[in-house]
Amino acid sequence: MPLAIQCRDLRKTYDGKVEAVRGLNLEIESGECFGLLGPNGAGKTTTIEILEGLLPPSSGQVTILGKTWESDARELRESMGISLQETRLAEKLTVRETIDLFASFYREPRLSDDVLDELQLTEKSNAWVGKLSGGQRQRLAVATALVGNPKVLFLDEPTTGLDPQSRRQLWDIVRGFQKRGGTVLLTTHYMEEAERLCDRLAIIDHGEVIAAGTPAELIARLGGHHVVEFAASGEQNDDSTDQWKHLPGVESVHRENDGLVCLHVREPHLTVPALLDLIVKQNSQLLHLSTRQASLEDVFVRLTGRHLRED
Amino acid sequence: MAVSEPPPKLKDSPGPKQLALLHNGRWSGFTHLLAARMTELWREPEVMFWVFVFPLLLALGLGIAFRDKPADVTPVAIVAGSDAESTLAMIERSPEHALIHAQIAERNAALKGFRLGKYDLVIEPDSASEFHYVYDPARPESVLSRREVDDALQSAAGRKNPLTTATTVSSEPGSRYIDFLIPGLIGMNVMNAAMWGIGFALVDMRQRKLLKRFVGTPMRRSDFLTALASSRILLMFVEVVLLLGFGVFFFHMRVMGSWLAILLVGTFGALAFSGIGLLSASRAQKIETASGLMNLIMMPMWIFSGVFFSYERFPAVLHPFIKALPLTALNDALRATVLEGASLASQSGRLLVMAVWGVLSFLLALRVFRWT
Repeated sequence: MPLAIQCRDLRKTYDGKVEAVRGLNLEIESGECFGLLGPNGAGKTTTIEILEGLLPPSSGQVTILGKTWESDARELRESMGISLQETRLAEKLTVRETIDLFASFYREPRLSDDVLDELQLTEKSNAWVGKLSGGQRQRLAVATALVGNPKVLFLDEPTTGLDPQSRRQLWDIVRGFQKRGGTVLLTTHYMEEAERLCDRLAIIDHGEVIAAGTPAELIARLGGHHVVEFAASGEQNDDSTDQWKHLPGVESVHRENDGLVCLHVREPHLTVPALLDLIVKQNSQLLHLSTRQASLEDVFVRLTGRHLRED
Repeated sequence: MAVSEPPPKLKDSPGPKQLALLHNGRWSGFTHLLAARMTELWREPEVMFWVFVFPLLLALGLGIAFRDKPADVTPVAIVAGSDAESTLAMIERSPEHALIHAQIAERNAALKGFRLGKYDLVIEPDSASEFHYVYDPARPESVLSRREVDDALQSAAGRKNPLTTATTVSSEPGSRYIDFLIPGLIGMNVMNAAMWGIGFALVDMRQRKLLKRFVGTPMRRSDFLTALASSRILLMFVEVVLLLGFGVFFFHMRVMGSWLAILLVGTFGALAFSGIGLLSASRAQKIETASGLMNLIMMPMWIFSGVFFSYERFPAVLHPFIKALPLTALNDALRATVLEGASLASQSGRLLVMAVWGVLSFLLALRVFRWT
């Protein structure tokens, strides 16, 4: 498959000091939905804005659809749609006026009516932008990106702050675009979004890709697809995890700040009875026990020792 | 590659080739930007007030304050004493009595009133035939008053004029203060509206990241900026017609030049100040920064450019600098076309001044403009 987006050794330094992006490489295929997953401040927005041609990189190469920003800026703008992390569109224009305005910038835009319909904004087409709900505003922001009939769609945190229903609506819209052959690059710090929407992901931290692959591959790299979390009385607050590491089926152990111990396991039905036996043997009591499927959050914690969203 | 689960309730999306597409011409972006700008302004009640209502109120207030009074009566005080009554009688039987309002007052009260501007002159009769005037040579009305009172007393005492003179009263429209004022107000309003209108709009859009969003589309940047300037020209037409029409209906102004010439002069002004507004807001991230800068730029012009009074009052050395200011050029050209019916060709120097300001600041703004 031809590459839709490619960047090599991308670097961005602000004011000669702050290194927001440090040598980033990405290869995104045509028709893919690719996610940049990482905590706030990881460099996701800087990266996507460089790819969008809104920010010059300090060094490195960017190629979009085989073209570069230096030589084909106008052509690239015609074939991509973007939604910034936060854009407050003019409050006193109506939804339709806003879409018509954005459509007017493109040589061959889609019909505003079709886009309104696709984004379920037809009912709101004569409402002022200032009167829209958060979900409607975000759909409008994506509508302004889709009206130009782009080949590549850039979405910077498209669902941040949205309720679950609005979030799902947006996912449907992104899937619809992808189904028509479009390529999507989105940033998110919601692991659920990354897992369910993206074909492939790059996990970004401190301006670098620390892991990349399909969500399933990334989770598989943990060694276990399941997580057993427990807390036990008398469990010393030392960092030693050796006693748990040797339980059957345990691939890795990780200790949370609040005293929980996380075991990444292959076969929970072997691990859990052995764990209970060991706790009884140690004369301590089980205070908490749960098992669940491993998620990208676990991958991130495993790689960085931190959570994606630390409030 | 992970297969994402099938979308639960998505409508049948058309394939890439089935999408209906429009074909936009070269100016579609520009016309939509201009239409959007005008729509936004129309929906902003404060803008309507500042652009249209406020200048009319200002013109009305100033027009009333400086309306032509029937005659300039000078208030004078006669210091109380034995000869005060006879002095008053002399003034009242003189031919100039209608122009002088004399009052007898205690000496201290008279001098205090003089200092406070209540009286233009104090008359101190030393005897029935000797008078002493207290006047201030720096106050024109005091100088005038001394002359009138002196004439009144001399002729009351029997002075005969060697010459016979006659006068014709003239207060024709065209030479009154309101005639001077209205073109100045139009000029000032064109400046204020263009600077604030463009400056605020730009900083606001920059803060909202709307500028950044726009440059993420194939929109031509020059289309955006010219649409913004064009919206000011359209508004300027309305402002000029309103203010000038107001002068014609309320103050019976006579518009000597053609309205087309006047609107063209206004267009040059609107372009000059759009350029300057663009430049002053080309980098600011906050409204405060931009408004401080714009006040700094406009302040000298409010004072020097002859809005409320003629710049002839400033020393002649300053005149070349004052005339190089865009508002001076606009005000002078407006007064020449409105009041004297001057042709556009005769105003080419002033139009050039405005064009140079507009073009230079527009080009400079394009270079330093911050879109993000």
